[in-house]
Amino acid sequence: MTFTFTPENEAQIPEILKRYPEGRQASAILALLTLAQEQCGGWLPPEAIQYVTERLGVPEIQGFEVASFYTMFNLIPIGKYHVQVCGTTPCMLRGSEGIKQACERYLGIQCGETTPDGMFTLSEVECLGACTAAPVVQINETYHETLTEEGMVEMLKECSGVAGGKCLEK
Amino acid sequence: MLTPANRIFTNLSGTQDWKLKAAKARGDWDKTKGLLTKGPEKIIQEITASGLRGRGGAGFLTGQKWCFMPKPDGIRPHYLIINADESEPGTCKDREILRHEPHKLIEGSLIAGVAVGATVGYIYIRGEFAEETRRLETAIAEAYAAGYLGKNACKSGLDFDLYVHRGAGAYICGEETALLESLEGRKGMPRLKPPFPANIGLYGCPTIINNVETLAVVPTILRRGANWFASLGTPGNAGTKLFCLSGHVNTPCVVEEEMGIPLKELIETHGGGVRGGWDNLLAVIPGGSSVPLIPKETCETVRMDFTALHEVQSALGTGGVIVMDTSTDIVRAIARLSKFYMIESCGQCTPCREGTGWMWRMLSRLAEGLGTSQDIDKLESVTHAIEGHTICALGDAAAWPVQGLIRHFRPELERRLTAL
Repeated sequence: MTFTFTPENEAQIPEILKRYPEGRQASAILALLTLAQEQCGGWLPPEAIQYVTERLGVPEIQGFEVASFYTMFNLIPIGKYHVQVCGTTPCMLRGSEGIKQACERYLGIQCGETTPDGMFTLSEVECLGACTAAPVVQINETYHETLTEEGMVEMLKECSGVAGGKCLEK
Repeated sequence: MLTPANRIFTNLSGTQDWKLKAAKARGDWDKTKGLLTKGPEKIIQEITASGLRGRGGAGFLTGQKWCFMPKPDGIRPHYLIINADESEPGTCKDREILRHEPHKLIEGSLIAGVAVGATVGYIYIRGEFAEETRRLETAIAEAYAAGYLGKNACKSGLDFDLYVHRGAGAYICGEETALLESLEGRKGMPRLKPPFPANIGLYGCPTIINNVETLAVVPTILRRGANWFASLGTPGNAGTKLFCLSGHVNTPCVVEEEMGIPLKELIETHGGGVRGGWDNLLAVIPGGSSVPLIPKETCETVRMDFTALHEVQSALGTGGVIVMDTSTDIVRAIARLSKFYMIESCGQCTPCREGTGWMWRMLSRLAEGLGTSQDIDKLESVTHAIEGHTICALGDAAAWPVQGLIRHFRPELERRLTAL
């Protein structure tokens, strides 16, 4: 299996590399891994990590260190919708446990699992930095705030029913 | 109580447009050239005189930090880094600046860059802030198009480039040396200090790292004057601060208030009061999860500044005020913070890597009433074995909430043991 960037993604690389001084292209590793992950449908196959390290001239192991260190990189495939429920104390104080359980019940999976149809992955994540709007859930890139259990389930229903999903809009 | 005339942030809740035209109407980018041509020494002098202390949690005097930078030697470039990795539980103030007032940050970064001899600045923004990143990039593009950034920034004769660098999910990358490691393309594992970033920083070059809020207030301080800023707040705690009111308040919000405002006034005036009334209050974590909690009794009279909170064995930290009412299982609330630190530990040094796990497991068992009174003593001694013995402050940050719990709620821990 080999990986290479699509022409559209390839076109973004020069601008990214230009941000950093000559010889410091390793700094672009997070940006390139993020781009590769998007291209691969939300996760990083080993060949994508290898490609990025070759591209940047860093040891292959560095790519795997970085990909396994940062929580936003997924090393196994995830669902179309990554439902990330914040569970840290400020959200816990405002009902995140109930939100999490409502998701588990509706989706029929435990936190950390993916639905068999590949539509949803459910994760508990740490503080998302929107504490005054607790409880907070991030679906892919979008923050959803001041959720109720009913509202959360409505959102999941919308994602199930509509291609592209309203749950990716604010 | 902060009067509207003294407010620095005039679009904090985002009721107005965040883009350049509206920002200028609010006073951003007003005669910036004149501020830049004061020169580094004068700028640093004024910021020092203002008494501004870092707003990222540590509260170090900003002017003093900038003085640590050596004179540019023409060999090693200087860098400015803006720490937008906001991840401290209870803290969501930089997010409001990034999405509603980005031009304050951009202008402040330019001025700080000039002050410390940097011609390049990187805004390290947490990866989860996707929408905030887009706005920031748009605002930076606007600033370039207007000639405020880049070559001959604001026609000052000085050059300054500003780039956005996205993180990818790691609380530890808010620690300045871990941030540097991450920016250089590695895992976010902190470095030993000394050497300090002002001497050996990004790519081994002199570097200043400042919090978003710290830099965002710099232009206003220079325009209105150091004396104005210093006239607000309390001795040693100048100016205004963004506070985040979360947890069991009726109207959670981010609000700008004067340093030293009484906590009770802050909660009642801006947070709509404690859920169920003031007497329903159990405890407050006043400065983000890393600071020890304070019980209701202390909350009656304590003021929100670095000095006063230190005196009650807590800290102002980020100003992330987490309010807990009597419905709270205080042991589980703190245990969940222990879990946070265990998950976020980078793993580099033994006391933190192992110790955060110990604290989480011990506290989880104590939450169930499983254990003895000696286990509480053992837990406390574990916190002291971690505190001060780690490469970075995450170890201390993990230990402090547990110490606060034992200090103020030991009877509750004991009660659970005998209740079985």
